[in-house]
Amino acid sequence: MKKNLSRLKYIYKKASAAGAEYYNAPYRAAIARAQRDEDDLFMLLIFSEMMGIPNPASWYCLELQPLLLERFHDWHTRMGMERSPYDHFRCC
Amino acid sequence: MSSIVLMLLGLGGMAIGFFVYSKFLAFAVFKLSEDFTTPAHEFEDGIDFVPTNKFVLWGHHFTSVAGAAPIVGPAIAVIWGWLPAFLWVTFGTIFFAGIHDFGAIWASVRNRAKSVGTLTGDVVGTRARAIFSIVIFLVLLMVNAVFGVVIARLLINNPSAVVPVWGAIAVALIIGQAIYRGKMSLPLVSLIGVAALYGLIYIGPSVPLALPSEGVAGLSPNAAWILILFAYAAVASLLPVWVLLQPRDYINGLQLFVGLIALYGAILVANPTVVAPMINMDVPPGTPSMIPLLFVTIACGAISGFHGLVASGTTSKQLDKEKDARFVGYFGATGEGALALAAILAATAGFATFADWEAVYQSFGDGGVQAFVTGGANILSAGTGLDAAIAGTMLTVMAALFAGTTMDTGLRLQRYIFQEWGEIYNLKWMAKPVPATLLSVGSCLVLAFGAGGAEGSGGLLIWPLFGTSNQLLAGLTLLVITVMLVRRGSPTVFTLVPLVFILIMSLYALLEQLRGFYLKENWFLLGLGAVVLVAAIFVTLESVAALKRAKLESKETAQ
Repeated sequence: MKKNLSRLKYIYKKASAAGAEYYNAPYRAAIARAQRDEDDLFMLLIFSEMMGIPNPASWYCLELQPLLLERFHDWHTRMGMERSPYDHFRCC
Repeated sequence: MSSIVLMLLGLGGMAIGFFVYSKFLAFAVFKLSEDFTTPAHEFEDGIDFVPTNKFVLWGHHFTSVAGAAPIVGPAIAVIWGWLPAFLWVTFGTIFFAGIHDFGAIWASVRNRAKSVGTLTGDVVGTRARAIFSIVIFLVLLMVNAVFGVVIARLLINNPSAVVPVWGAIAVALIIGQAIYRGKMSLPLVSLIGVAALYGLIYIGPSVPLALPSEGVAGLSPNAAWILILFAYAAVASLLPVWVLLQPRDYINGLQLFVGLIALYGAILVANPTVVAPMINMDVPPGTPSMIPLLFVTIACGAISGFHGLVASGTTSKQLDKEKDARFVGYFGATGEGALALAAILAATAGFATFADWEAVYQSFGDGGVQAFVTGGANILSAGTGLDAAIAGTMLTVMAALFAGTTMDTGLRLQRYIFQEWGEIYNLKWMAKPVPATLLSVGSCLVLAFGAGGAEGSGGLLIWPLFGTSNQLLAGLTLLVITVMLVRRGSPTVFTLVPLVFILIMSLYALLEQLRGFYLKENWFLLGLGAVVLVAAIFVTLESVAALKRAKLESKETAQ
């Protein structure tokens, strides 16, 4: 009985994984792109004050900057700027 | 003629195609290799490039390519009798569609998973690339216009399906929210979703809904439905994919499997007799001649260029091993052939007598998807004991949802084309999503109403034109595959013969259609047909030139 139950559980798990793959795979790229677009906007908000765009929340954004540094290079290249847009903030 | 015999002959033929012919193609023509690193591994990024299990990949390749078109085409084409449609679907699947889909995946995988459009530019030339984008635009334009008309007709002829069709969209919206926002488990959500959908289908016949026959705001019910459908498609194509498109595609995929299994199961149990003639010698007046029109009326289900877009757009980026291309591509085409065969059986064996069948097929384009629904419902109810009204509602919902998905995916793609043009020609307004969507919807509406007057009822006249453009697209893909084969020194006859055949049939069919439009003084369609003809001539010239060039190159390298 217990063996049967664990077997059923295993089959359910497998079916669930295959179903999730079938549900997600065709749209993985579209959703990842949409998320990246939102992330790009968020990056702009965080770094906007540095570019002279006034941002009332800049004080609160400050502490996020180090966390987002890893993404900074990808972001500025994606935005069409080969080098870091800031004089005081070198990247590459 | 017993429908079980026909079914076994058709499915058996396709099975031999898959087990014998596709293996031969994999070994002798495409020379698939176990050691080749596919782009899914080479560029694996977890987003576009993900090695995927071949059964899962086949699942969404098949459900992306199979839709309403392999139902509508064969259901119209049986007007010439069941034999021509049966032979073209069976042999088309084995020798045309199979190698086309399989080859498109292979060509893309061998070229860093580039799309057929880009490959046309790389392998054939920039001129061919330009023709390719024009043909794609024509295909999308026509498929959207035709499907608008098809769903409107379905909703008018089957008021019991109105609530389930729109209800299914609500179910999809809820599933999307439950999965993304609620993080609910997929099997549970699917179970509830499918139960809700079939619950709606069950209650559909008791809550029939129809637009008032005198019309809405001065529009006939047909025209009003077309406008409502395009308004829906425009909104749906602008929504983020996870909100509606993704859950609805999922439901459609499940429905496709349920529908196919139920139909074939019911045929096995009920064994209905095929009442339509083998070859209809007494076609209604105004029916165009079978050769060449048969070969463009059935595009999807025999060979369709649209598959090349799916094969090279998403499937090739997820192929785990090169050898899987045979299973995913060839067997995907076989699946669609099986759907087209089911449509033929429903539209020829689903009627009690020849007179009943003849009453449905009173003129060209009259039978179509409604014949599939009526005939299929009769078979389903005879085979499963299901109430005929519920069976009819189920098939209507299936066909309408397939067509609806194609419509909003088509509008989305058309919008991208307009946006691209906006960027190329520096028209800032056109590069924005909303104006580009309005332009797409506008052009489709012009076609839907332009072809059939203010009623919007003549949209099915453009079905063969859609088929022709779709075949031209397939021709371009076959051309890319053939040129690649020439360069590798592989046998080309297996792609060259289908290429030459569909080019000849497309050109011939176009001339026939243009003559028909001229005689009917339908100047609008005459103009549209002329555009397709110019594209067809260019595709042909480009094919001849590219093949000559490739042959010359391979000779030079051999020396």
